[in-house]
Amino acid sequence: MKIVYFSWVRERIGREEEQVDVPAEVTTAGELIAWLATRGPEYRHALEHATSVRVALDHTHVRPDAPLKGASEAALFPPMTGG
Amino acid sequence: MASVSVDVRTTDIDLGAEAEALRAATPGAGALVTFTGICRDEDGRLAALELEHYAGMAEAELTRIATRAADRWGLAGVRIVHRYGVLRPGDTIVLAATASRHRQAALEAASFMMDYLKTQAPFWKKEHPADGREGDWVAARESDDEAAAKW
Repeated sequence: MKIVYFSWVRERIGREEEQVDVPAEVTTAGELIAWLATRGPEYRHALEHATSVRVALDHTHVRPDAPLKGASEAALFPPMTGG
Repeated sequence: MASVSVDVRTTDIDLGAEAEALRAATPGAGALVTFTGICRDEDGRLAALELEHYAGMAEAELTRIATRAADRWGLAGVRIVHRYGVLRPGDTIVLAATASRHRQAALEAASFMMDYLKTQAPFWKKEHPADGREGDWVAARESDDEAAAKW
């Protein structure tokens, strides 16, 4: 699965995007955040406040309990400040 | 069918040309509303705002917001233009324009779209302070969530 990062999530992790093999037991957007947070200190720093990290799957906002099934791209980012 | 059009880009927004284009695209409409968001200098504190965006999703989300407004208020036309990149105080950031038969729908729909853009459009603002320090990311405000929820 392709993962893309934005804003301070991108800065803390230190990369814009990456391709990852998500373990089969990681099945929801919320579980994806929790799993990514175990990948190293920079990930933990970016994702430790999981409630302030939003997820979009294939360009659509989703809630933490949304299934990853079938999605090809996940985006992680802080609350948006558009407009 | 409403005329719905969105644009995500770095270049300036020509307010007059945008209003005229929407007017031309919506014959029969009796009201045209444009909201323009402009970069502030926060009383001299800011040199610039840098807007990061999620290409692809930004266009998709603006289209979803515009279409939802058009459907809900029965609009004749909607146009949203949102810029990204480094913007200076006084620069346009966003244009949200609506056209409808009567004014109330156009006014309400423009307000709805701006409340939704604040919390749903994948853009993030980073401040560039005038004193040259490293700036911070602008934090989302709870009042923006509340404004979007009221619709």
